[in-house]
Amino acid sequence: MNPWMHYLLWPCIKFAIAITIVLTVVAGMTWIERRLLGLMQARLGPNRVGPQGLFQIIADPIKLLMKEDIMPSAAEKVVYVLGPMIPLLPAFLVFCLIPFGPPPAFAVTRVNVGLLLIVALTSTSVYGIILGGWASNNKYSLMGGLRSAAQMVSYEVPFGLSIVGVLMLCGSFDLVKIIEYQERHVWNLFPQLVAAFIFFVSMNAESNRTPFDLPEAESELVAGYHTEYSGMKFAFYMLSEYASMLVNSCLMTSLFLGGWTLSVGGYGVTTAALRSMGLLGGVIGAAIFFGKVMTLMLVYVWFRATFPRFRFDQLMDLGWKWMIPLALANIFVTGILILAAGTLKIGADTYWYGELALSIVGAAVLAFTLFLITRGRPAATVAARPTEPPKVIHASRVSEA
Amino acid sequence: MTHTFVPILLMLLFAVVVAGTILGLNSVIGRHQRNPSKLAPYESGVPLLDQNRKRMNVRFYQIAMLFILFDIEAAFLYPWAVIYRGASHGPSGLFLFTEMLLFIALLGVGYVYVWKKKAFDWK
Repeated sequence: MNPWMHYLLWPCIKFAIAITIVLTVVAGMTWIERRLLGLMQARLGPNRVGPQGLFQIIADPIKLLMKEDIMPSAAEKVVYVLGPMIPLLPAFLVFCLIPFGPPPAFAVTRVNVGLLLIVALTSTSVYGIILGGWASNNKYSLMGGLRSAAQMVSYEVPFGLSIVGVLMLCGSFDLVKIIEYQERHVWNLFPQLVAAFIFFVSMNAESNRTPFDLPEAESELVAGYHTEYSGMKFAFYMLSEYASMLVNSCLMTSLFLGGWTLSVGGYGVTTAALRSMGLLGGVIGAAIFFGKVMTLMLVYVWFRATFPRFRFDQLMDLGWKWMIPLALANIFVTGILILAAGTLKIGADTYWYGELALSIVGAAVLAFTLFLITRGRPAATVAARPTEPPKVIHASRVSEA
Repeated sequence: MTHTFVPILLMLLFAVVVAGTILGLNSVIGRHQRNPSKLAPYESGVPLLDQNRKRMNVRFYQIAMLFILFDIEAAFLYPWAVIYRGASHGPSGLFLFTEMLLFIALLGVGYVYVWKKKAFDWK
């Protein structure tokens, strides 16, 4: 085959298709979210433009494009413009790497370190937020940017550690191989239940969604890091938030929910079965993938309607004191069970025992952790609260006390 | 295998061009009615009370330092995790496991120290 055709034209066509779908989903998601939130809060939501307000997704970008492009006089000009662009680029680059259907036709490119590259790219989006917050030269923006940086950085660690468990099971960075492993065995959700839980919580925190939307807590910080932004620059921040939600949902689908397959132990809708159907099979696979992704996106909206916002110290507590030890424990338990299976010569035929054991241990650990988290404040801090006012010692009498 | 990265580079250029174009378009066709008070830093509608760049809590930097420590730990775990299952059937399985256990234990000591120093508490 002509190499130009293979390396330039084909990826461009596939990327054009992928980005069209992604932009449609992202734009549609803003409408779905507002309508769904309206439904959940017993009000209507946008319903004026077009049937059911569906043309709102076209009207919004046009309106934002016509808005005044304000450059605050105090802002650092270059960084202020760069700020909204930086989180947008990785959010869109990542869609090159995600296999939406059976390879090679339904992934723009397949890289052997795909997962590593995705994690690296998505973690750069924090720069845009902190640079934008700093460059606006506004105290609310700066505070929102710093909070956002602290939050994303804190949840980056459990996010990265939860992937380790999946890597140990599947033994590859290639998302295609990870999905093919799951179709031969079972969705990673079950043997890696704890990792999936951590991943899910962290991905909510990473994309700054409720209950982790402290960077833009409007009752405290006006609008957080994008207080000073208007028009298309503001739209870029919104777009990158929704794009990162979509990226995280795609990652969760690929890592824990079996990607484009619907099979257990190699039976069901597998890659081979889809391949035998040709292009139609590929489209079915992509439809299954998007079905799973959209379910996760709806869970985001559902969370936003259900949970109140965390306090900042609670957020940090959850990230550093719960998620990280839990993720390390998950790696430890997975390691022990894989080692036991290897030493006892439990071969590839009887992998079920290992997966079953991991599932049971995972469910037990998760249930215990949730019990501990929801139990409220630990008894020690309650007991430590002084019952009588502390004795005040004057500074001149410290030596007597 | 480097050729598989070519599309990513292409898309980076594409994304930069598209983002730049849209931003440029916005500044051209958007409204142009500016005045000094509109361009002043936002302060909930009142004149600026004090300077914008105030001193920030040092804990933000502390968190950033801790992040580097633990994220590098995760980065070290990745290559180990990829080869672990393949090697666990052979004689080096126990060695690999013990090695990682030591690594995590060393970091665990630091983790406990940081916890006891109350670096995770926001009060």
